[in-house]
Amino acid sequence: MVNSTELRLWASDAAGIPLWLFEESYAVAGDLAETIARLLPPALQAADPGLDATLRRLIALTGQPEAARRAFVAEAWASLGPEERFLFNKLLTGGFRMGVSQGLMVRALAQATGEEEATLAHRLMGDWDPARITFEALVTGKGATQDTGDARPYPFALAAPLEDAPESLGPVADWLAEWKWDGIRGQLVTRPGAFALWSRGEELITDRFPEFAPLADFLPPGTVLDGEVLGWRDNAPLPFADLQKRIGRKTVPRKLLTEAPARMLAYDLLEENGQDLRPLPLSTRRARMEALLLRLPPNLPLAPSPRVAAPDWTALAAARSTARETGTEGLMLKRLTSSYHVGRKRGDWWKWKIDPYSVDAVMIYAQAGHGRRANLYTDFTFAVRDGNDLVPFAKAYSGLTDAEFAEITRWVQKHTLERFGPVRRVPPELVFELAFEGIQESPRHKSGIALRFPRMVRWRRDKTPDQIDTIDSLRALLRVAQS
Amino acid sequence: MREVKQRLARHESPKAKNTPYAGASAHFLGNHSPFPPRRPCYPSRMAGPLLSFTDRGLYCAAGDFFIDPWRPVERALVTHGHSDHARWGHGAYLATEQALPVIRHRLGEIRAEGIAYGTARRIGDVEVSFHPAGHVPGSAQIRLEHKGEVWVVSGDYKLEADGLSEPFEPIRCHTFISECTFGLPLFRWAPQQEVANQIAEWWAANRAEGKTSILAAYGLGKAQRLMSMLPALGPILTHGAVEETTRILRDQGYAIPPTIRVTAGVDAKSHPGALVIAPPSALGTPWARRFAPSDEAFASGWMALRGIRRRRGYGTGFVISDHADWPALNTAIRETGASRVFVTHGYTAPFRRWLEEQGYEAGIVQTEFGGDEAEPSEVEAQE
Ligand SMILES: [Zn+2]
Ligand SMILES: [Zn+2]
Repeated sequence: MVNSTELRLWASDAAGIPLWLFEESYAVAGDLAETIARLLPPALQAADPGLDATLRRLIALTGQPEAARRAFVAEAWASLGPEERFLFNKLLTGGFRMGVSQGLMVRALAQATGEEEATLAHRLMGDWDPARITFEALVTGKGATQDTGDARPYPFALAAPLEDAPESLGPVADWLAEWKWDGIRGQLVTRPGAFALWSRGEELITDRFPEFAPLADFLPPGTVLDGEVLGWRDNAPLPFADLQKRIGRKTVPRKLLTEAPARMLAYDLLEENGQDLRPLPLSTRRARMEALLLRLPPNLPLAPSPRVAAPDWTALAAARSTARETGTEGLMLKRLTSSYHVGRKRGDWWKWKIDPYSVDAVMIYAQAGHGRRANLYTDFTFAVRDGNDLVPFAKAYSGLTDAEFAEITRWVQKHTLERFGPVRRVPPELVFELAFEGIQESPRHKSGIALRFPRMVRWRRDKTPDQIDTIDSLRALLRVAQS
Repeated sequence: MREVKQRLARHESPKAKNTPYAGASAHFLGNHSPFPPRRPCYPSRMAGPLLSFTDRGLYCAAGDFFIDPWRPVERALVTHGHSDHARWGHGAYLATEQALPVIRHRLGEIRAEGIAYGTARRIGDVEVSFHPAGHVPGSAQIRLEHKGEVWVVSGDYKLEADGLSEPFEPIRCHTFISECTFGLPLFRWAPQQEVANQIAEWWAANRAEGKTSILAAYGLGKAQRLMSMLPALGPILTHGAVEETTRILRDQGYAIPPTIRVTAGVDAKSHPGALVIAPPSALGTPWARRFAPSDEAFASGWMALRGIRRRRGYGTGFVISDHADWPALNTAIRETGASRVFVTHGYTAPFRRWLEEQGYEAGIVQTEFGGDEAEPSEVEAQE
C-alpha cells in the first residue's frame, strides 16, 4: 500500500525535519514505525477510528494514487496518540507481528472454541477475506461461502533436520526416501469449480504457472497433491533462480515459459474424490497417488517425485552424496506408516541434507539490526581476497549468539573507520566462517557471484585476514556447481 | 556521563588518537581549524577565544582555569557532582555551595570553595558566575565574561522544574556550549507529573499483588527526584549507593521524603509493598533477590527506545531524564541569544548539522566524555 521510501518522506515532512535528520533518528531507533511515531508532533485532535475501520480503509488504499494514500496517512497521524500511531505504522508497513507461531495460535483457538486442531488449521488456511467472512463462520465452518471453502489447501506437513546417524531411525525398509528438491513447495487443489496452486507461505500462485492450467481438466475434482514446483528441462531441474524470476510478477513472459518451463513433482496425495486421506499411512497415500498419476495422459507437467531405493543406510548415504549432481539438496526420509501431520512434528519426517558449502571471509562493513537487535551490529558485509585486494561478496546477519553480536558491536564502535548513514566501515580484521546452500553467477555483484542462504557458522578468532579464502576458490566452487 | 565511552576513547579507540584536540598542547579556536574554513571567524578584538578545547578539558586562558576537566589541573570550575564532571586530582575546586557536599563526599580530601548562584567573581581577567542548570540539585551553568564577550558552559541541564533541583535559568550569551545527550527529535519527554502517575500506578499494582517494586535509577539526582515526585504509597528503601547521596542532600535541606537503607533484615517480609530505589547495576543480583517476589523497572531517558528497553530485558521502562529533550535543547539555545553554539555529550554530529541549518555557527567539542556520538548501548545507565 505504502512503501518505506514514501513513508520516510511523508513523515519527515509531517515532523517538520529534513530527511537526513529523519534517517539519523531511524538509524538510532532501529524501527521505522517507532521512529515515525516518536518524530511526529503531538496529535491535534484525538480520534479513535477503531481497528476494524482502520483496516478497511487501509485495504481500500491499494492501488490509489499517491495523493490519496498520503492524505489518508497524514490524517491518521494527525489524529492518533503515540501508541496508536505506532500500531498504525506497524500495520502500514506490514511489520505488525506478535511473537506467536501459527501452530500456537491454532492451538489457542482450538482450546477457546472446542474445535479439532487439525480441522481448525485447515479452515484457517488459504485466502479468506476478513471483510467477507465472520469469525464464527471461519472458525466453525458453518455458513462458509463458496469462495472461502472450496480451494483451500491443507496445512503443510514439515520435516525436521536429521541430526543423528540415520541408523538411529531403525530398518531402512520402514522409510520412504526421496530427493529434497530445491524448488517451491506447493499444494495443487482441484475441487468442483476450483483450481489452485498454493505455496507453503499460503500464497495463491496459480497464475504464475500457466503450464499447470491443463491439469484442471485431467485431475478428478476433489484432488489435493503436495509436491515441489521446479523449473525443468531436459529431464533435470533448473537452478532455483530461474524459478524465482516468476515470483513477484503479475504475468509470466513467454520467454520464461519456454526457457524455464515448470513441472510439479508430487510427494503426497492429501485428498482423493473429496475425501481427506491425511490420517491414512503414507504407504497407502503414496500408492494411491502413483496410481492416480499413472492414469493421466503423458506429457503433462506432473509426475511423482521418484523414490530413492536402497537396501541399507550405507547405500542410501551413497545416494545422498550424489545429491549435488542431481540438483537436489539431499534426501527426505518419511516413515511409511506416518499420517500427514500438521506443521513440524519430530519423529516421522526428516530432511537429510548434504553439508553446506563453507568459506572463510573477513568482515568489512557492519550495520545495526532491527527490532529486537536494534543497537546491536548484526548485519555484516564480507569479503574474500583477490590478490592483494578484498572483494565484497556476501552479506549475512544470522548464526551468532546475542553475546557474540554484543561483543562485535563493541568492537565495531571502537574501530569505525567511516560512516555512511547506518553503515560503518571497519578494518578487515574479524574472520568468520560462512555457510551457504548454493552459488550462482551474478553480473549484478562486483564479485560476479551470488550465494544462496549465506549465514555465519562461527567467528574464527583463531584466523587472521590473510588466512581467508580467495575469489578464485569461490569461482572454482561455481564451476563445480554449474557442471 | 558516559564513563565507559571515555575510557574507550582514552585507551583503545584509534579515533581518539586522531582527534584534533587530543594532542599534548592546547589548540585555540582562532588559528587551529576545528571547523571548515567557510564558516566566518568570530568577530572579536581579542587575541584568542575565551575558551579553548584542550586534551585536559575546556580551558580559559584569560582566567587560567579549566571547566569540568578530565585530567588533573591546577584550578577547576565544576558544574555538578556527576563523576564525569567532578573528577579527582585537581589542585583547587570551585562549585556551587549546593553542589559541594556531594563532591566532597565523593572525592574526599580536596581543596574546594563554594560559590552562591548568581554571584560574580573575578578570576584573572574574567568575571565568572554560576547559574542554575536544573539538572540535579546544585548543578550549574557557568557564565564567563571578558571584555564584554560572554560565554556560557551549560554543563548538563534540563528545562522542566523537577521540584528539587534549582530550576534552569536562561542566560544570554554570545557563545553557548551545550550538552546534547538527547539531541535527536526522537526524544520528547512527557511532563514529570504524567510519568509520576505512571510510576505510582505501577507501584500500586505491584503492591496489590504482594510484590516489591524495584526501580533502577542513577544515584545522584534521578533517585532523589523520583522519591520527591511520587506519592507516599509505602516505604521507600534504598541501596547503600543511593542512600549516601540522599542523606547528604536531605541534610542540606532539600525536601526528600524519609528513606530506609537496605541492611540485613530489611526485605520483602519486613517492608511489604515497598519501593526499592537502586542503581541499575543492582538489578538481578543476589542483593535484589531478597525482595522476591518483585517487579523491576528502569527510569531513564533511554527507555524511550524500545530496542534498548528490550535488549536490557526490562519489561517496564519509565521515560524520565535529567537532560533536556529535543524541544528543550532548541528552546534553551534560542533563549541564550547566542550566535555560536558548540555541542558536546551525545548526538553531536547530527545536532551540529541541524543547528547550522537553523543559521547558527556551530561546532563540536570533542570531549573525552562524549566522543563524537552517544552510544546508548554503552551508556544507558549513565546520565
Ligand atoms: Zn554529563
Ligand atoms: Zn550530569
